[in-house]
Amino acid sequence: MPTVNDFLLILPEVVLLIWALLILLIDLWIPDTKKYYTAVLSAAGLVISAGCAFALLGRTGSAFSNMVVLDGFSSVLSILFLLSGLAAVALAYDYLKRNAAQRGEYYTLLLFSIAGMMLMASANDLIMVFLSLELLSIPLYILAGFFRPRLASEEAALKYFLLGAFSSAILLFGIAWIYGSTGHTDFPGIVASIDGGRANYLLLLIGAGLLLVGFGFKIGVFPFHMWVPDTYQGSPSSIGAFMTVATKAAGFAALLRVFLVLFPAEAPIMAGILWGLSAASMIFGNTVAIAQMNMKRLLAYSSIANAGYILMAFVPYGNPVIAQEAVSSALFYLLAYALTSFGAWAVMIALEPAESDGLLLQDFSGLGRKYPWLGAALLISMLSFIGVPLTMGFWGKFYLFKTAVDGSQIPLVLIGLLTSLVSAYYYLRIVMFAYFKPGEPQIQPGRWASVVAVICAAGIFVLSFIPTPVFQFAAQMIMGMK
Amino acid sequence: MVNDWVYIGLFILISLFLPAAAILIAGWLAPKKPNKIKNSTYECGIETVGDTWVQFRVQYYIYALVFLVFDVETVFLYPWAVAYRQLTLFAVLEAVVFLLLLAGGLIYAWKKGALQWN
Amino acid sequence: MAPISYYLVLAIIMFFIGILGVLIRRNALIVFMSLELMFNAANLVFVAFSRQYQALNGQISVFFVMTVAAAEVAIGLALMVTIFRTKHSIDVDQMNNLKG
Repeated sequence: MPTVNDFLLILPEVVLLIWALLILLIDLWIPDTKKYYTAVLSAAGLVISAGCAFALLGRTGSAFSNMVVLDGFSSVLSILFLLSGLAAVALAYDYLKRNAAQRGEYYTLLLFSIAGMMLMASANDLIMVFLSLELLSIPLYILAGFFRPRLASEEAALKYFLLGAFSSAILLFGIAWIYGSTGHTDFPGIVASIDGGRANYLLLLIGAGLLLVGFGFKIGVFPFHMWVPDTYQGSPSSIGAFMTVATKAAGFAALLRVFLVLFPAEAPIMAGILWGLSAASMIFGNTVAIAQMNMKRLLAYSSIANAGYILMAFVPYGNPVIAQEAVSSALFYLLAYALTSFGAWAVMIALEPAESDGLLLQDFSGLGRKYPWLGAALLISMLSFIGVPLTMGFWGKFYLFKTAVDGSQIPLVLIGLLTSLVSAYYYLRIVMFAYFKPGEPQIQPGRWASVVAVICAAGIFVLSFIPTPVFQFAAQMIMGMK
Repeated sequence: MVNDWVYIGLFILISLFLPAAAILIAGWLAPKKPNKIKNSTYECGIETVGDTWVQFRVQYYIYALVFLVFDVETVFLYPWAVAYRQLTLFAVLEAVVFLLLLAGGLIYAWKKGALQWN
Repeated sequence: MAPISYYLVLAIIMFFIGILGVLIRRNALIVFMSLELMFNAANLVFVAFSRQYQALNGQISVFFVMTVAAAEVAIGLALMVTIFRTKHSIDVDQMNNLKG
């Protein structure tokens, strides 16, 4: 029977879920002209939940008979998800008003999705992984189609839904085979069964492969990326920004934990597959992004490439020392990527007029002269995407490449460096439009998107002076994992 | 073991034979004098109007979806009800929380007008 | 009592019919039915192994999967209704509004 301590360990999630339900009901009595209150309420809920997560930072333990664990890994990711949620609320407020889609459900669904992500980062049972995956995906299916009856948004939602459900089904089938192999769905039980030699190796391997395919869809690596560009382009931009960061991070959280804890013995086989996925994603994402003239699609392909970069460090995960380093550098990169990606999306949302499917690159012309702050934010984000020094993106890539070198993945590092050079072309092209082409971009009413852009850019710049403490914090946080 | 399968096979054969026989015999014995009215689509004796592929009211789908969710969620209540006498107070409270969540969903659907038929 | 391999083979067949349906069929509703078939294949594996191990945890998992699948059905059908109202078609091949 659960004790008070069990509830204490998942306090941030509990607070967030109760808050989301209350907002769902309170919003019914808030008139359409005053949806401001719903936004503020949901932001307050995110802040309170983040406060609980901060208070629990450094504590470890498992709750509800090993269904969930709390450790540094889950705490840090929870805070990242909650901050992404705050950014998504801030980006959405003016943007939804502009697009006449001020429905309170946006905020409720966002909160539910974040709770799912937090549970996913701390799931310690494969059924829990599945349930939290669905809790994070189902609200996002609706949010992707939030601009109904606009066809682009509805199509994005249906595509995301069909491929998302497809990947969930594959993942579930994998879980079922792992259950068949070991007789358990909880991680300690599965590990005990494998260590005791009672597990059927072939079934376990099939299950691991199916899980990898399922997670591959969620993090959007090549060749499981088909939904990424269409969904990011058609969804509301604030949701696109949120998905590139938070959904990807949640997928990685579950992928890293499941493979590190359950399948260290399968590492020699999995390493080859991970190698292929990583290399293909970096090459595909970066080359196809060159041809994109729509900013949303460009960022979508860039997110595929970035998933490849994160996967790169994880390839030699069978070696425990490298695995520790890989997880800390993945956490660090996710932080850097979150700041960079939100910065770029925020600049775009600040300029995006109502009823559009994203900005074309030409629409940034003249941005640097007319709005120096936004222009600077765009410049810093793009430099960080490329990995130029004095940005967080540089240090993120630095630690990833270093881990891959330590794991003697030299060919993969070379692919990573070369594709980074290729990516410089399309990122700098945006900067060129913003600074060297004449044009008259128009900032849309409402200043929240600009605020997010400037904060993210400042974060990218300032944190780049103290990379070592940040990285050591990440490394220290994951010490308690397992 | 094998005998069981023989029985199942027999049942399948018989159950295929009976309706097939009924249809075929009716086809042989019945007199055929077709005319225009007889050949028209039969729909409760009234002449058909318009296309068969009509769009239902959206209200109907909302009803169906709300029903679907509430219907399946009760699957959790069956084992709870069966084991009720052996349960601790905590389990009872958990079911109450579950029902409160469903009630919250119902209030939402109600206030949004999903239960209104007009 | 039939041996477990019967159930597993049936589950694998169901799963692959589901995958083929998702990849080949163009009507979103039929794609959706194929998805449900895949979910139920996984459920069958759970239940079969649960009986094999004389353990209840597999069957309990199926409960959760069923309810989650119901929620997913509700969302999926709602999405299809909205898209049908805008476009009067749920053919997946005609979903080509988004391109780059």
